[in-house]
Amino acid sequence: MKYIDVEQVNKNMSPRIFKNNLAKSIFFVAAIFGLLVLITLIYRVFSDSIGWIDINFLMSKLSTDAERAGIFGAIMGTVWLMVVVAPVTIFLGVGTAIYLEEYAKKGRVRNIIQTNISNLAGVPSVVFGILGLTVFVRAMGLGNIILAGGLTMALLILPIVVVASQEAIRAVPQFLREASYGMGATKWQTIKNIVLPAAIPGISTGVILSLSRAIGETAPLVVIGIPALIIPIPDSVFDKFTIMPMQIYYWTIDSALVDEYANLAAATIVILLIILFLMNSIAIIIRNKFQKRF
Amino acid sequence: MGLKNNKEKINVRDMIEKNKNSFNLNSVTEKVIPYILLGIAAVSIITTIGIVFTLLSETISFFQAVPFWDFYTGTELKPLGDDAKFGILPLLTGTILSTLIAVAVAIPIGLMTAIFLSEYASEQLRKFLKPILEILAGIPTIVYGFFAFTFVTPLLRSFIPALDPTNILSPGLVMGIMIIPMVASLSEDAMSSVPNSMREGALALGATKLEVTFKVILPAAISGIIASFVLAISRAIGETMIVTIASGSNKAFSFNITESMQTMTAYIVEVTGGEAAAGTTLYYSLYAVAMTLFVFTLVMNLIAQYISRKFREEY
Amino acid sequence: MDKESSSLNQYSSANAFKNADTGNNIVYDTQDLNLWYGQTHALKNIILPIYEQEVTAIIGPSGCGKSTYLKTLNRMVELVPGVRTSGTIKYRNKDILDKSFKVEELRTKVGMVFQKPNPFPKSIYDNIAYGPRIHGIRNKKVLDQIVEKSLRGAYIWDEVKDRLKENAYSLSGGQQQRICIARCLAIEPDVILMDEPTSALDPKSTLKVEELIEKLKKDYSIIIVTHNMQQAARISDKTAFFLNGEVIEYADTNFLFSTPKDKRTEDYITGRFG
Repeated sequence: MKYIDVEQVNKNMSPRIFKNNLAKSIFFVAAIFGLLVLITLIYRVFSDSIGWIDINFLMSKLSTDAERAGIFGAIMGTVWLMVVVAPVTIFLGVGTAIYLEEYAKKGRVRNIIQTNISNLAGVPSVVFGILGLTVFVRAMGLGNIILAGGLTMALLILPIVVVASQEAIRAVPQFLREASYGMGATKWQTIKNIVLPAAIPGISTGVILSLSRAIGETAPLVVIGIPALIIPIPDSVFDKFTIMPMQIYYWTIDSALVDEYANLAAATIVILLIILFLMNSIAIIIRNKFQKRF
Repeated sequence: MGLKNNKEKINVRDMIEKNKNSFNLNSVTEKVIPYILLGIAAVSIITTIGIVFTLLSETISFFQAVPFWDFYTGTELKPLGDDAKFGILPLLTGTILSTLIAVAVAIPIGLMTAIFLSEYASEQLRKFLKPILEILAGIPTIVYGFFAFTFVTPLLRSFIPALDPTNILSPGLVMGIMIIPMVASLSEDAMSSVPNSMREGALALGATKLEVTFKVILPAAISGIIASFVLAISRAIGETMIVTIASGSNKAFSFNITESMQTMTAYIVEVTGGEAAAGTTLYYSLYAVAMTLFVFTLVMNLIAQYISRKFREEY
Repeated sequence: MDKESSSLNQYSSANAFKNADTGNNIVYDTQDLNLWYGQTHALKNIILPIYEQEVTAIIGPSGCGKSTYLKTLNRMVELVPGVRTSGTIKYRNKDILDKSFKVEELRTKVGMVFQKPNPFPKSIYDNIAYGPRIHGIRNKKVLDQIVEKSLRGAYIWDEVKDRLKENAYSLSGGQQQRICIARCLAIEPDVILMDEPTSALDPKSTLKVEELIEKLKKDYSIIIVTHNMQQAARISDKTAFFLNGEVIEYADTNFLFSTPKDKRTEDYITGRFG
């Protein structure tokens, strides 16, 4: 007796194939859903901003008058914020990564730091804002200045920089370290002269991507308390400031009152997205250029 | 030792020997640097301790003014005025509802996207779609907030007239869109790490790709996929700007998603934005809410880590 | 350290400090060396005197401990976590396994060439100047001289003199390996350890590297691990045959290949296993 009824199998075959093809189309639609949203979003933002982006918009100070308002202060605020965030986060992030990858022995200390970093990465940004508000703004008495905002932001993106730097350091082949040790180099000489230079492309990619995250981040700075309207352009890290996302936030919620504010918000979003796009492109170029060198 | 028959009279060995004094300096550097780096690495620990400590100490002050039980069972939240009431339930329902809506969007679409990318898509299509997901993941949440408030809400209102100008439905949906890339890429990672031999084994028996996906790939990758869901939930709970912008600040205890509702995160923004004077109950309530939020997301993240650690041991 | 080494002075095989035939001094004297990777006993009671200005070949099937032994000679083996050793290895009469012996000093005097060419992703010039620089030689003119001398020493100067600023990875595999040898020569080592230096190279490049080793012999003591018995026979003065972490036989190369004493050596060199 036959266990397999060939006829039955053949009869089931076409519905099975049909189901497979149907599912494939559904999955495809789901996969391009993101693309559709992206197109809608970008179309929406660009169409709202048409006629609003010009040299005046980029070079003027804030104003309650929509026609005269510009985001020069917000752009400078973002630049100054990065002046704090970039060095702090590179110093802390790369230092932590070197410690974890090159010095820490497998065991307790390393596990604690590593687990802590992955947990820190999952803490909502608004909670970092509260940390910044409590520690930097109030306890240390800095007030809501660029330095306080920058330190808060640096801690927020620290886990991303650490993980990216760790990956970059780990990707440096062991044979390069061996070659250096073989010449009588000490551990630190090897790290400084061989490992870090070889890891720099990977580290820079990670740093640029996390800085672009910081540039778009809003919640921690809202919590720290950035006033809605700042006229002076900051010129040191001790000045009060605003940044592009803050401006988008205020103009968006106020667009219920003044219609044109929605256009200002859209225009600011366009500028922000262009900056982020450029940063990401640089990161991708670095990544592709230095991939697989060994 | 060998004599080098060279015309140049440089003896590297002697020079190295001479430089040994500075080499001693080197050995000091060599001993100090690990400690400096340990100090740097400790900053992340100090940050965590800082977060827990600030939240905890002010939360304790809050519970001296408002009983713990009243806070977590209170359905009334009236932070201002003489008869201020602090019940977190309105914020919790806001948070949970927006998260549920977001997850209802992100999980099916994200998972289907992952299946398509991992099992069906050609290499070219993958190369095209993955960067799109990366771009979506890189768009700042404030932009999604703008999108929800000025586009999605008006669009929805043309279908649902009862929808308020600020409501929890629209930011929930947009938050879901925001989280799709995360679910998709994490689930896809889990599915692609299922060994090809399993895939080929099933395909060789005449199974369709759909059958392979549901009977072989998904079961094998299930823990990675579930971890991605849990992380998505955590992300939705902690998301701030979209709900702050598009959901308003209504503190009524309600389950009506067409109404304005406040989430925990939006409450934090509102209270800090109003620059509540330190020492008031309102000010302390900020920390109690933040503490609750922190614990929620931490628990989610720990669960996700636990699941994916188990997953890594499988192969 | 000297006190300790005299108390541990129990030579069995190598009580002579000089090679009877050539009058060469012992450069490395290994006594009762044992090494464990975790639970695995990788080297067992190794006793091996190695003489200067000779090429000593170490042969044996894969996993026999020959590379491990070579890496013990400059303590590179310590990079593997969980390694333990016992016994002594005296380099020029000092026990290098002693904790107080500085590895950096040892590795400055003992150069190493690896299985796979591993130049740094830097210019050819910077590759060669790396060693002198980390040892504090910064004078540009001196460095220029060292670079030229080392590249000449590795007989690759004519091939690369016009492209010193180019990345070392733009060279062919065989050239890269000779750059690595030149890099090693730049700090004028006493001994050069070579870990299967030609296994990743094509026959032509292999020949060039072998010629180079012949030439280097008069100035340096060379210890080479190879899985290629013809190579060992061609270039070495002495050969040690390792099997399962033990030295089975150690003799003049001609002697070992023509009249092996041990059955296992004979089986190996006649290709019956390995």
